[in-house]
Amino acid sequence: MGIRNPLNWVCACAFFLLTAFPAGCLKPQGGLTVAGSTSVQPFAEVLAEEYMAGHSQEKIYVQGGGSSAGIQAVRTEAAQVGMSSRALMPEERDLIGVPIAYDAIAIIIHPGNPLTDLSIDQIKRIFSRQLTNWSEAGGRNHPITLVTREEGSGTRESFQHLIMGKTEISLAALVQDSNGAIRQVVADDPNAIGYISLGLVNDRVKALKIDSVEANVENIKKHRYTFVRPFLFVFKADPQGLAKNFLEYILSPEGQKLLVQEGLVSVATIADSPKGS
Amino acid sequence: MSKEKIFEKGFFLVAFSSISILALIAFFIFEEGVPLIWRTGARTFLLGERWFPSQGSFGIFPMIVGSFWVTLGALIVGVPLGVACAVFLCELTHPSVSLVLRPTIQLLAAIPSVIYGFWGLIVLVPLIRNTMGGPGLSVLAGSLVLGIMILPTIISISEDSLRALPRTFKEGALSLGATHWQTIWRVLLPASRSGIVASVILGMGRAIGETMAMIMILGNAVQMPNSILDSTRTLTTNIGIEMGYATGDHRQALFATGVVLFFITMGLNTLALFISGRRRT
Repeated sequence: MGIRNPLNWVCACAFFLLTAFPAGCLKPQGGLTVAGSTSVQPFAEVLAEEYMAGHSQEKIYVQGGGSSAGIQAVRTEAAQVGMSSRALMPEERDLIGVPIAYDAIAIIIHPGNPLTDLSIDQIKRIFSRQLTNWSEAGGRNHPITLVTREEGSGTRESFQHLIMGKTEISLAALVQDSNGAIRQVVADDPNAIGYISLGLVNDRVKALKIDSVEANVENIKKHRYTFVRPFLFVFKADPQGLAKNFLEYILSPEGQKLLVQEGLVSVATIADSPKGS
Repeated sequence: MSKEKIFEKGFFLVAFSSISILALIAFFIFEEGVPLIWRTGARTFLLGERWFPSQGSFGIFPMIVGSFWVTLGALIVGVPLGVACAVFLCELTHPSVSLVLRPTIQLLAAIPSVIYGFWGLIVLVPLIRNTMGGPGLSVLAGSLVLGIMILPTIISISEDSLRALPRTFKEGALSLGATHWQTIWRVLLPASRSGIVASVILGMGRAIGETMAMIMILGNAVQMPNSILDSTRTLTTNIGIEMGYATGDHRQALFATGVVLFFITMGLNTLALFISGRRRT
């Protein structure tokens, strides 16, 4: 037994290979890596699946990580395509951002909350914690549970930019690190309010009207519901090969139709909108 | 060179590599984090209460306070339970029972923290929200879960130190007419005090370092909790929840949070080593 036993060496080598092997495989050879925003990720996965169904020899790997991480990954060439759920910042303008669809931000509450409509001003005051009880916004006499995304999230930056403006989101708000987690907390807590992608609203939460305008595709098309942000594919240089084919597929009527079915707004709908970016 | 020598050198290299990995990790955390602390000013960084990384305000005081309360809560839950359990295993039960119980307790340490978090989220959080009010994602929920998570550490080290006591302590006390309970309370526990304190400090280190379960249960609000039903954020969850999206100064600020955490855990471990070392000499 002990160190002289060849069996132990075999075990050690096998363990080493097992741990080293996946590390070597992290960067898939010959496929396309798409990484970034967790808001865009589920849609990109559907698109990649459909695309690969038609092109069985091609491989597309979709990963999360967040908008900024995705943009960083494109810069360091860890991924060929980045996904961003916010417009590029000035220092990121050396990269190429192509809108693949638009997404609205919905303010969501528990379905049991009788409220249906808030004004922008009320939303600002609720998220900055100037209002702390639902009765102050015309609801029941219950304390408000605020739920927000973490700093650096594309959804948070869009919410800040589109709705809050200069008003700060309260530090006392609960912080969750994905759209899904926010939806979960709001679905569980009768007093909660949060914001997520309109495409991810389901029947477990209720999307509020903002200034009496309902959050739906019809109102987005008419530019009445204006809390809309782009979903970008980010490239380091003009896309080539598989990246180019995949992008063309997404922008084709077929790809756009798929995204609309999933709850997003097509590029063509918004293209002429001044608020589009 | 003989075969013995070759193996000796080989194992020396392996042992050394673990230390050098520690040194490398420390180096990178400091290299990334210290410049930001320097620029912000240690005072503003450690005692500031505003955390808006996108606007350049980096104050981690609420997280330090949050870590403190959650850890204290975990100790209040975990220490009495853990020490009582160790006494039970050593003194109050038949050896065959502890033969079954001990591996079961060690199994607690093998459960991944995300499972504890999930359990807390599904069971404890709704329970607290429905019975005590507030969002449920709270210091109380975090402390309860952490208290259970540090049990294996506290039980196994306390039990070891109780078992390490010379038999003569117990025999002497009993032959002087002390009851079994008096022996435990007046003789055995005080005699193994340093081991128990070391177990508490190691449990504390475990509690401060826990991330995944706390991200799921604490609610992560950047505030100093006013009650145990308030949400808070610890140093580790601050890094865990924002790492994915952070770039530039924000990323450095998270490394700087790591620097603070590094000092706290190093301090605790050194203290534990010092206390348990003093016992042996």
